[in-house]
Amino acid sequence: MAKLEDRAPAPKGSLNDDIGEEKRLALYRTQVVIREAEQRAYDLFLQNLVKGTSHLSLGQEAVAAGFAGAMRPGDLSFCTYRGHAHTLARGVPIVQVLGELMGRDIGLMRGKGGSMHLTSVEHGVMGSYAIIGAHLPIACGAAWRAQYKGAKDVSVCFFGDGTTNIGAFHEALNFAAVWKLPVVFVCENNLYMEYTPISDVTAVKHPAADRAASYGLPRIVIDGNDADVVYRAAIEAYDKARAGGGPSLIECMTYRYSGHSRADPAKYRPEGELERWKERDPIKLYRERLRAFGVGEDAILRIDAEVKREVDEATEQCKAAAPPALDILTTDVYADGGFAWRN
Amino acid sequence: MAELTYRDAVIRGIAQEMTRDPDVVFIGEDIGKAGGVFKATVGLYDQFGPVRVRDTPISEQAILGAAMGAAMTGLKPIAEIMFSDFIAVCFDYIANEFPKSRYMSNGQVKCPLVVRTGNGGGARFGAQHSQSVENWCMMIPGLKVVAPSSPRDVIGLMAAAVRDPDPVIFFEHKSLYATKGEVPDGEIVDTLGSAKIVRPGKDATILALALMVPRALAAAEKLKSEHGIDCEVIDVRSLVPLDTKTILGSLARTHRLFTVEENPRLCGWGAELVSIAADEAFYDLDGPPVRITTPHIPLPAADLLEDIALPSVERIAERVQRSLQS
Ligand SMILES: Cc1ncc(C[n+]2csc(CCOP(=O)(O)OP(=O)(O)O)c2C)c(N)n1
Ligand SMILES: [Mg+2]
Repeated sequence: MAKLEDRAPAPKGSLNDDIGEEKRLALYRTQVVIREAEQRAYDLFLQNLVKGTSHLSLGQEAVAAGFAGAMRPGDLSFCTYRGHAHTLARGVPIVQVLGELMGRDIGLMRGKGGSMHLTSVEHGVMGSYAIIGAHLPIACGAAWRAQYKGAKDVSVCFFGDGTTNIGAFHEALNFAAVWKLPVVFVCENNLYMEYTPISDVTAVKHPAADRAASYGLPRIVIDGNDADVVYRAAIEAYDKARAGGGPSLIECMTYRYSGHSRADPAKYRPEGELERWKERDPIKLYRERLRAFGVGEDAILRIDAEVKREVDEATEQCKAAAPPALDILTTDVYADGGFAWRN
Repeated sequence: MAELTYRDAVIRGIAQEMTRDPDVVFIGEDIGKAGGVFKATVGLYDQFGPVRVRDTPISEQAILGAAMGAAMTGLKPIAEIMFSDFIAVCFDYIANEFPKSRYMSNGQVKCPLVVRTGNGGGARFGAQHSQSVENWCMMIPGLKVVAPSSPRDVIGLMAAAVRDPDPVIFFEHKSLYATKGEVPDGEIVDTLGSAKIVRPGKDATILALALMVPRALAAAEKLKSEHGIDCEVIDVRSLVPLDTKTILGSLARTHRLFTVEENPRLCGWGAELVSIAADEAFYDLDGPPVRITTPHIPLPAADLLEDIALPSVERIAERVQRSLQS
C-alpha cells in the first residue's frame, strides 16, 4: 500500500486503469459536492441561518470521496461531528444535510440531531458521534455482527488525529485485531486537534500509523489529498476485511482550511502553512488528474455547474422549508415512539 | 417448580433467551471459559460455544461500544460489566450513546441490548466494588433500568430485558447470588415496568429494591410480631419504566410511605418516588414520607462498618416503628 513518503507520481495515460473514467468522474463530483455544500454551510452561518456549531471538511474532501467511492451498498460509515463530508459522500441528498444544519423539518433527522449527529441508516451512515473516540468501539460492534452473520459488509470508521490519544481508540484497535473484525479505521490527520498541533501532545510522529504495530497491524500513511491514492488504499483494506483478514488502520495526511469549528479563526497556524496546503488542494489536484487522463474541460465544468445548481436549489428549498413540528420534541426517546418512563 | 439460586437463575435466564433467539449473543470479561467471576455464567460457553459466548479484553468501552454497534445492526447482545462500579469507566455509552441514538437520529437507530452487572454491597469489597449505582442510570432519558430480587424475577426480567427494543441496564445484586428461591418450570417471561406487592399489609407501604427487598420483608415480619404493625412491602423491580400505579394504589390504602434504598442518600431512586407521592398522593398521606438509605458516604470495607452503613432489618424496623408509633 502506498506510503506518503514513497508515493509514486500519478500514472499518466489511459483512463481505463484500475480506477477507470466513470469512477474518476464520480470521485471528482463527490469532492465538488462536499466543497460546495461545506462552503454554503459556512455562508449560511454568516447569515445566521445555521445555528449552533459546525465542523467543516474543506480541504479534506479526498478522504471522504475516496473511502465512500470504494464502498459497496451495505457498507457502513461511522463519522464524527466533522461528518457532513462523509454523509454527503454516501449519497445523502444535500438538501437533507443543509436542512438539518438549518433546523428544518426536511432535515435528515428533522432537526433532532443537528450538524454533529448526521445519520442516514438507509445510506449506511450509521451516525456521527460527538464524543471523541466513542464510535470506534461501535464500529467494531457492527463489524462483529457482520462476522457473526457471515455478511460481507465492511464497517468504516472515520476520526481525527486527536482521537488517537483517547482510550477508546486503543481499546477498539486491540478488540478489532483480537476478534479479526471487518472494520477499517481511517484517521484523518489534519495536523490539529481543536487548536493544538497534534505533534505537541503525541509521543510519536504519526499518531495513528505509529501505533499500528501495537495491535499487530501494518503501518499505513497515505496522501489524503489525492482521491486516487485514498480510493486504492480503501479498496485494499475493504478487500482484506471482506476476506476475513481483519481490521486496517489507515492514516491519511490532509489539512482543514477553516477553523476547527465556526468559532475558530485558526490564528494558531504558522505563517504560510495554509497556503502551502492549498497548493495541493484535493480538488485542484484531481482536476489536473482528469485533464492528464484526457478528460475535456467541458466535462469538468459541467460537473462544477451541476453541483453548484444542486447546492443553490437545496439552499432555496431549505430557506423556504418549515421548522420541525413541535410535537417531535418528545418522540423516539423509547422504541414505543414516545418518552413515557412511568405508567 | 424447582429451588434455584439467584446465580443459577442468571445462567438459566441467559440460556433461555439464547436458546430462543440465535441473534442473542453474550460478551464480557471472564464470562466464557471461566464461567464469570461470580460463577453466574457457568456452562453457557459449553452450551452455546465460543462464537455466541465470547470473552473480551479488559476494555469496558469496547465491550459496551461493540454491544451497541451489534445491536444497531441486528443482534441482541447481552454485555457484562463485572462490577457496576466499572460503569464509570464506560459511562459514555450508558449516558451519551445507547440512550440518545434513537432520539438524535429521529428514530432511525435502534439499540436493543442488555448490560448486566454485579451491583451492591455486603461483600466487604470496599468503596469501588460495592456501590449501588442504579440511580446513575435511572436519571438518563432513553434507558431502562431493572434490578431483580429473586431467582424467579432474574429469569423473567432477563427475558423481558433481552426482548425489549430499548437498552436495558440489568442490575444483579452480588449479595443475592447465593440466595435461593422457588422457580417454576418452563419459560418465564416477565414485563418491564411492573412492581410487585411481595407482602400485603394495611399500615404502611415500604418500597424496596434488590437486596433491600428481603430486608424489608424481614423488617415487616418483625414489625408485625413485635409491634402489631402490618406493612405492605413492594418490590419496585423496575426503576424505568416505573410502576407508579401499583405504588400509588398501595399508598391510597396504607397512607404511609417508606423507601429502603441501598444507594447513598442524595438523589437515590426513593427521592423520585417521594416526589411523585408528594405531587400525586399528598392527601392520601397521614405522615411525612421517610427514606431509609445508606448515608452519604463511600462504602467502607470492614464488616462492622459496612453493616451499619447499609439499611439493615433492625434499622428499617426501628425507623418504621418510630414514625408510626411516636
Ligand atoms: C471526549 C471528548 N473530549 C473532548 C472533546 C472536545 N473536542 C471536540 S473536537 C476535538 C478535537 C478533535 O481533534 P481530531 O480528533 O484531530 O479531529 P478533527 O476535529 O481535527 O477532525 C475536541 C478536543 C470531545 N468532543 N469529546
Ligand atoms: Mg485533527
